[in-house]
Amino acid sequence: MTAEQRINKAAHRTKVIKGLFPHIVLWLGIAIIIFPIYFIFSASSHTSAEIQAAPMPLGIGPHLIENYRQALFEGTKNMGTPVLVMMKNSLIMALGISTGKIIISLLAAFAIVFFKFPLRNFCFWSIFITLMLPVEVRIMPTYKVISDLGMLNTYAGLILPMIVSATAVFLFRQFFMSIPREIAEASQIDGATPMQFFRHILAPMTRTPIAAMFVIQFIYGWNQYLWPLLITTKPEFYTLLIGINRMMSGADVQIEWQIAMATTLLAMLPPVIVVVLMQKQFIAGMTETEK
Amino acid sequence: MAKQYEFKAPILPYLLVLPQMVIVFIFFFWPAAQAILQSFYLQDPFGGRMIFVGFQNYSKLLVDPDYWQSFRVSTAFALCITLSAMTISLFLAIQANKKIRFASFYKTMLVWPYAVSTLVAGVIWLFLFNPNVGVIAYVLKHTFHVDWQYLLNFNQAFFLLTMAASWKQLAYNFVFFLAGLQSVPATLVEAAEIDGAGAARRFWKIIFPLLSPTTFYLLVMNLVYGFFETFPIVHAITQGAPGKSTGILVYKVWRDGVINLDLGSSAAQSVILMLMVIVLTVFQFRFIERRVTY
Repeated sequence: MTAEQRINKAAHRTKVIKGLFPHIVLWLGIAIIIFPIYFIFSASSHTSAEIQAAPMPLGIGPHLIENYRQALFEGTKNMGTPVLVMMKNSLIMALGISTGKIIISLLAAFAIVFFKFPLRNFCFWSIFITLMLPVEVRIMPTYKVISDLGMLNTYAGLILPMIVSATAVFLFRQFFMSIPREIAEASQIDGATPMQFFRHILAPMTRTPIAAMFVIQFIYGWNQYLWPLLITTKPEFYTLLIGINRMMSGADVQIEWQIAMATTLLAMLPPVIVVVLMQKQFIAGMTETEK
Repeated sequence: MAKQYEFKAPILPYLLVLPQMVIVFIFFFWPAAQAILQSFYLQDPFGGRMIFVGFQNYSKLLVDPDYWQSFRVSTAFALCITLSAMTISLFLAIQANKKIRFASFYKTMLVWPYAVSTLVAGVIWLFLFNPNVGVIAYVLKHTFHVDWQYLLNFNQAFFLLTMAASWKQLAYNFVFFLAGLQSVPATLVEAAEIDGAGAARRFWKIIFPLLSPTTFYLLVMNLVYGFFETFPIVHAITQGAPGKSTGILVYKVWRDGVINLDLGSSAAQSVILMLMVIVLTVFQFRFIERRVTY
């Protein structure tokens, strides 16, 4: 082998390694994500005894269907609410929050962009300030309001305090401002009322931002934890995340890990499906609104 | 700019903003005002008398070692999460932004965990590291002979919380870094390459400066996440243990209010947290050119 060939070969090798490098890094990243989830899945296929006798078997055991059936229809011994009930609650909360946010934000943005009225700035800044008041910093007094209104253990209580969204108002406002005003003027000349303009022209034009907002807010709603923890005390109103927490409370030996893990996987499923199916809208929505 | 066309209707716009404003006032402003008011009073937990005590609730907090511990651990927690989650995500985003095969597969695989809730992230890592049943805990104990008892060992507890919280945040950062990298003009990077700039130099001299708005935005968002949105992870994994040492600020507000029913102190803590959010938000809006100018 001549010196030149050797150099070429070495260059070729570095090139191959260089080409593989991003793949290796990305697979490592994927492993970091998938590896813990695989163990959850594995745990949901074993019996309680197998898991308690650590280390649990690392494969997929034969009790998968049995465990998911128990999770879906019965729940655990220490928490008798089945996943189906909690799934319904989570779904109502997530859909209520996402559609509620979209509707009231669309209306508010419509008013702020297309009308001139004395309290316009005031309204805008009031909505803006809500950005600085997340639930976490006003836990007790918000709880008291809900309790005074008799909305503990109700869907309204779960949903209403969550449906204000400065982010959604900003996004829709931004989008409305990019629409040529001639369209509004023309609709008016053609005799349409402002609400007809909103329903038949503006709302259909806003489809893409609405879809983006829906994905983000559905996930936000589905993943609410602190708020339902505060205001749901009756098992029939537990959301999935609260249910998981209840299944895991108590001494380690009493925890039915296989059911808790099956429930955890089931709780991940709906929002993950939404993100995967609507990935494009989701990424556009995230990077458009939040920046 | 030409005058924008606007609808003329005296009452309609008020009806349109009404739902939003009603909820803003009932569930945001009123409770916030209540928190401020309550922070100046002592109240017995059973809804009884309120006694005005001035700044006493605040001054008690300022001399309470528990509160300072909570403050310190929250800050350390937020900083560690921000650093680890942002570094790893940026590194992954740079690789995924290269023109390689399967790039869109990689992107999907790294984006979907955005949908995983903070609580679920906590539960997953809790299970893996549970001293009795956890697979990783088993390896730590039997292969590496670590005395793994995170509920008794602050460092272990802190490590576990940070890992779970950072893991959850990877996808979020990845989405933004990737979007940021895609907006860096490829021609600029290529030009630098032709001029002989190595990969590291191209990154630090061209890509990183152009990425700084994204980085700055994520810095604020990660700190906000670390401080305010990690309640579910602490609630699931340590409940503040060992002792109260991992009880971050938000966890402490919740515990003092809901469990200990110390409403005055909880309210004072809420007000301090509110100030923190305001500072962070103002900071973010002042330094990032946001489109929310009126």
